[in-house]
Amino acid sequence: MTRGSRKSWQYFGLGLAWFYLLLWPLLGIRDGALHFAETTAVWLRVALGATLCFALYRLGKAGRLDAALKPLAAARDAVGNTLARAPRWMLLLPLAVFALSYPVLTNRYAQDVAINVLVYICLGLGLNVVVGLCGLLDLGYIAFYGVGAYTYALLSIHYSLPFWVCLPICAALAAIAGCLIGYPTLRMRGDYLAIVTLGFGEIVRIVINNWMALTGGPNGLLGIKSPGIYLPQLVDGSFSFEYLVIRKLEYLYYIILALAVFTIIAVYRINFSRIGRAFEAIREDETAAELMGVDTFRFKLLAYALGAVFGGLAGAFFAARMRFVSPESFTFIESAMVLAMVVLGGMGSIPGVILGALALVALPEMFRGFELYRMLAFGGAMAFMMLVRPAGLWPAARLGKRSDDTE
Amino acid sequence: MDYLFQQLINGLTLGGVYALVALGYTMVYGIISLINFAHGEIFAAGGYLGVILLSYMASQGVMDNHPWFGLAFALILAMGYCAMLAMAVEKVAYKPLRSSSRLSVLLSALGMSIFLQNGLMLTQGVYDKAYPTEFTHGGFEWLGVRVSFMQIGILAVTGLLLVLLNALVFKTRIGKAMRATSQDKVMSALVGIHSDKVISTTFAIGAALAAAAGIMVGLYYGSVRYDMGFVPGIKAFAAAVLGGIGNITGAMIGGLIIGMVEILAAAYIPHGGEYKDVFAFVILIGVLYFMPTGIMGENVDDTRV
Repeated sequence: MTRGSRKSWQYFGLGLAWFYLLLWPLLGIRDGALHFAETTAVWLRVALGATLCFALYRLGKAGRLDAALKPLAAARDAVGNTLARAPRWMLLLPLAVFALSYPVLTNRYAQDVAINVLVYICLGLGLNVVVGLCGLLDLGYIAFYGVGAYTYALLSIHYSLPFWVCLPICAALAAIAGCLIGYPTLRMRGDYLAIVTLGFGEIVRIVINNWMALTGGPNGLLGIKSPGIYLPQLVDGSFSFEYLVIRKLEYLYYIILALAVFTIIAVYRINFSRIGRAFEAIREDETAAELMGVDTFRFKLLAYALGAVFGGLAGAFFAARMRFVSPESFTFIESAMVLAMVVLGGMGSIPGVILGALALVALPEMFRGFELYRMLAFGGAMAFMMLVRPAGLWPAARLGKRSDDTE
Repeated sequence: MDYLFQQLINGLTLGGVYALVALGYTMVYGIISLINFAHGEIFAAGGYLGVILLSYMASQGVMDNHPWFGLAFALILAMGYCAMLAMAVEKVAYKPLRSSSRLSVLLSALGMSIFLQNGLMLTQGVYDKAYPTEFTHGGFEWLGVRVSFMQIGILAVTGLLLVLLNALVFKTRIGKAMRATSQDKVMSALVGIHSDKVISTTFAIGAALAAAAGIMVGLYYGSVRYDMGFVPGIKAFAAAVLGGIGNITGAMIGGLIIGMVEILAAAYIPHGGEYKDVFAFVILIGVLYFMPTGIMGENVDDTRV
């Protein structure tokens, strides 16, 4: 054991002792007595897990695990290379077949989860435009989701407008909301922007919560209609359209699948367009981008509006699917969750965000018993990812070469 | 007129609490330019420690015999606990990221905030936890204004802590080291200031103040909740920005202004009560837009804003 490793183990032990001291008052002092058993039990479990992880980490750092890790890394690289060389349709085709046949293969519950995942994919990709591409940390993103949801809810209840007509209206209103929020805030940078967007997100929620006449306040809005489609029909020789209301989960799944695919293609196209280049330039160095002739304010506003559009679309679908909206669905925690998806998956990376949405929505469904620990794990994972892998699970591919790249 | 004075007293109490929380934000921001999102949760943890300790002492009969001793004891222990908690958060989530991008640190702080909030929920329950308040009753009427002993106590403790903090920052060696580090980390390290230690101390002091604020809010409103730190946290941050971020006197003034505005707006603007949380956000946005340096602001360079 070298001196450095002994020192790091000492710090580790100190950390565990510190953790016990912090945990005990919360668990141990209750009902007018001092307890130790429960705290110790929880602490032992955490300590055991942490020690195992730390030992592995130290071993890996000392090079003891190379024998096991090297072949693994080589295998991963080989698989990655083969995948990269395969034509794209060979990868996308099985995925598309799977996505299309999914409702046939699975039950109601699985479809429900899949719909949730797809909604969050739309939201995550929308936020990805703002945070991942343009580098603007937006903590009030869920406000646009709310705007979309309430727009469809109100239009559907008061004017009985069909879903498909409302969809572009929702997107447009969300974009306008994005510009309204973006205009005063985009002069700020970095963390100030974060806190101001957080404030705006809360303002939107508070207004929804208190504007009884329009939004029904905390009671929410009921009686939203499901999406419908017109089916051509030939009855007695005369041609007519029959309006079919979609209530079945499978059809809702296809609608959100279409929305998600639209979002993926749109974000992909934005990413590889002139606008996307401008966004990336702003993200990397705003001052330099401005010097190179990028109209930073206009592009930042555009990033906001574009991000909001996808949020609005997802919101409209959410309202149509639930047929009920209330302010509770648009809290800060939702914003944080969408942000966590983008961060965990990889900022600016489309497959990364999809992976992030899958990880954060589908995984908790498998661990139903640990439902309570979900947000705890989110928070911990977010901080932990920043420490060990700030680029995310599936980092965005860098385009072009940089001067500081090494071969 | 009586009504106005009543509201002013209430605003002063609330403002004092915001000022205490705002100090933690402003000190941390001044020294490492980070919005410490977890600070609101530290405040909530202080409130919880208060209810845990006071309930325990009440069950042991301490609160019946020596209520003032019990309150002071709970206050000091909670402050110590939160200082330890904040130092742990700093060591785990912020220190390893000191050289990475600001977005990473901010996200790490956000993650810590969610983690701590849910940690409180898991250990202490989802529901409101009631403070033992038998010993906080009482008060007096003066010129038609009802002032409770609780409010006097809050104002006195707030004032005392603010004076102590001022003395610490401007009269002691560690205070001098803190000011030096916040001005220039590299230069202060060159003259022998251990910047890691100074940063740790700053977190500890800010957290101790927030813990005091948490206990007082708990006593004042009679209960605590695991998510009680979120909204006051943002308001306190607004106060810090209003006063000029990084400026200790500014944070105190900003806190008082935010508290006053909130209470007066709730009292005098129609529907103000329902929208009382909005005013702090509006002030925050307005200040950042029109006057990003705040009231007592120093030169804020391009990298900060």
